Amino acid sequence: MLTRRIQGQKGVQGIIIVNSEGIPVKTTLDNSSTVQYAGLIHQLVMKARSTVRDIDPQNDLTFLRVRSKKNEIMIAPDKDYFLIVIQNPSD
Amino acid sequence: MEIVHVYTKDREEFGRQCLLSDRPAELLLDVLPDQNLASNFIQRSHRDQAVQAGRQVSEHQVNTERFESDSCGINHVEGGWPKDINPLDMEQTIRFRKKAEKDESYLNSIPQLGSVAEHCGRQNNAVDIYQEPFDGWEEVEESPEPPSAKTINIFRDPNEVKRTVTGLSWHPDGGRKLAAAYSCLDFQKASRDMSLDSYIWDVENPNRPELTLKPASPLVCLDYNPKDPHTLVGGSYNGQIVYWDTRRGSQPVELSSVEHSHRDPVYKIIWLQSKTGTDAFSASTDGQVLWWDVRRLSEPTERLVLDPTREGNLDRALGAISLEFEATMPTKFMVGTEQGLVVSCNRKAKTPTEKIVCTYDGHHGPVYALQRNPFFPKNFLTVGDWTARIWSEDIKESSIMCTKYQMSYLTDACWSPVRPSVFFTLKMDGMLDVWDILFKQSDPTLSLKVCDRALYSLRVQDNGRLVACGSQQGETTLLEICSELSTLQKNEKSLLAAMFERETKREKILEARQREIRLKERSRSEQSREEEIGREDGEDDPDQLIARAERDFYNQVEAELKRREMREEEALREKDVCEEKEVKDEEEAGRNEAS
Repeated sequence: MLTRRIQGQKGVQGIIIVNSEGIPVKTTLDNSSTVQYAGLIHQLVMKARSTVRDIDPQNDLTFLRVRSKKNEIMIAPDKDYFLIVIQNPSD
Repeated sequence: MEIVHVYTKDREEFGRQCLLSDRPAELLLDVLPDQNLASNFIQRSHRDQAVQAGRQVSEHQVNTERFESDSCGINHVEGGWPKDINPLDMEQTIRFRKKAEKDESYLNSIPQLGSVAEHCGRQNNAVDIYQEPFDGWEEVEESPEPPSAKTINIFRDPNEVKRTVTGLSWHPDGGRKLAAAYSCLDFQKASRDMSLDSYIWDVENPNRPELTLKPASPLVCLDYNPKDPHTLVGGSYNGQIVYWDTRRGSQPVELSSVEHSHRDPVYKIIWLQSKTGTDAFSASTDGQVLWWDVRRLSEPTERLVLDPTREGNLDRALGAISLEFEATMPTKFMVGTEQGLVVSCNRKAKTPTEKIVCTYDGHHGPVYALQRNPFFPKNFLTVGDWTARIWSEDIKESSIMCTKYQMSYLTDACWSPVRPSVFFTLKMDGMLDVWDILFKQSDPTLSLKVCDRALYSLRVQDNGRLVACGSQQGETTLLEICSELSTLQKNEKSLLAAMFERETKREKILEARQREIRLKERSRSEQSREEEIGREDGEDDPDQLIARAERDFYNQVEAELKRREMREEEALREKDVCEEKEVKDEEEAGRNEAS
């Protein structure tokens, strides 16, 4: 229901929900890409979060955007899960 | 010599008690230094001995061992599943997933995350924040840096006796070589041991010339054949024309015969456009312009005497100092003379009288350089006395543009082959001026001091960036001009064409006006002369005319003297008046103080 709303937006290629262990709980992409995204992005989020907290321990990561030539990966992290949205930016 | 001290004691006193007494020291022997012995010895000479109290250090090289690295990718495999669930079993994974979805924290956090992600996704769709904002705009020119030029190399005359660099020519193919002609142009100042050689330099190597050219007499000018880069033709101080082939070495391949050559130094020689590519023509101050075919230098193929009265009279001929030939106009050429006239000639004319088309009277001194604008062949640049002038072929009375009088004599000039509005001039105080007439007409855009002595010859390479100038001391300096002055700007051609037209029109109007005024004066003077003739008759006697002239002269002189005396008297009177006034002022001042 939620994922459908996000997926309905223009340019969204896929959505993945990953839990704290790295297991993709919900996904709209195929299995292999999901597994790849889940594994790699998990590491990236951990690193980004630790960076933010190292600089200011009272700070925390709220959102992470990775913009590339072909698309944009938006990551919303949480305590136990994180939501990954892959979108093609408007142009 | 033995120093002996004798101590005696009587035998009978032996064994007696010693009674010691004190007495002062007694000098037994004093041996003074003997100076004569010193001659057996030599004084040791001073010697410098170096002593250093420095740390001992040593040099040691270290080379790390090679570390081989390899890059590879990681293939992620699904993992992280709890131990009890077999990841390969579809049922179990689906069940796990479904359970996870029903987890409370899941249900709480996902909507929040969802809204944040949605917000950003919408942002992306709304505005492309990474788009290039100035994409469609025209490239704005950055504010130009002040024009500059850099010296790249200096080629010095390797001989002891330095000679002036009187001629330069770039290699036609790429301009990697520069040929320089050395000679001493000062009248009879060439010393006996002055070398006669001229050199071809490679631009990269300023230490040694690439090839030495050995003529019989020093070369005043030379030119590379634009069609065949191995051949050169040069004009020498004794009037002969010399032809070289660089493949054959330093000796000239052919020399023109002395009887048929010029009788004065050949100041300029240029290759012509012809089918055979072997024609050249030369000019000299003896008043002749000679055409040569380099295959047969024994005789010139054609001869033209620069007589302004068009009679071919050598005595009245003007000495030629510079020549001009533009390959796009093969039938016309121009000669700059010592007298300041520029003569325009037509090569194809049948009779010698028709050869000289017209003359332009411009300079007070010899026209040292003459060149057509490579983009606008109707306009040409001349340099002589203290100015540089630009002319249009149509206007024969005066130049259309003229620089103001410079501080020192201008010796050479040429247009930039790349930019139609830029030209370079050389001065006797060693300055190179770069003029950009679209930018500023009153002053040069860039003035560089190349050397302390006078500069004599200038040549721009075909790409417009490298300029070679030769000085009186035999140094050829190679300069690189900054890119603004050597790249064609937008609209430059049209702007310059408009400027030339404007100036030409101005001159035409001025000419027309002058003509009108002259006509009016002439008609007026004719009228008055008629009246005079009516009044006095028979005044044609030369003696009477002379007497009248004398009388007028003396009257004028007397009048002038009287005027001067009057002026002096007045001055004296004024002084007296001033003094009186001063005295009066002082008295008044004194009176005021007293009261």
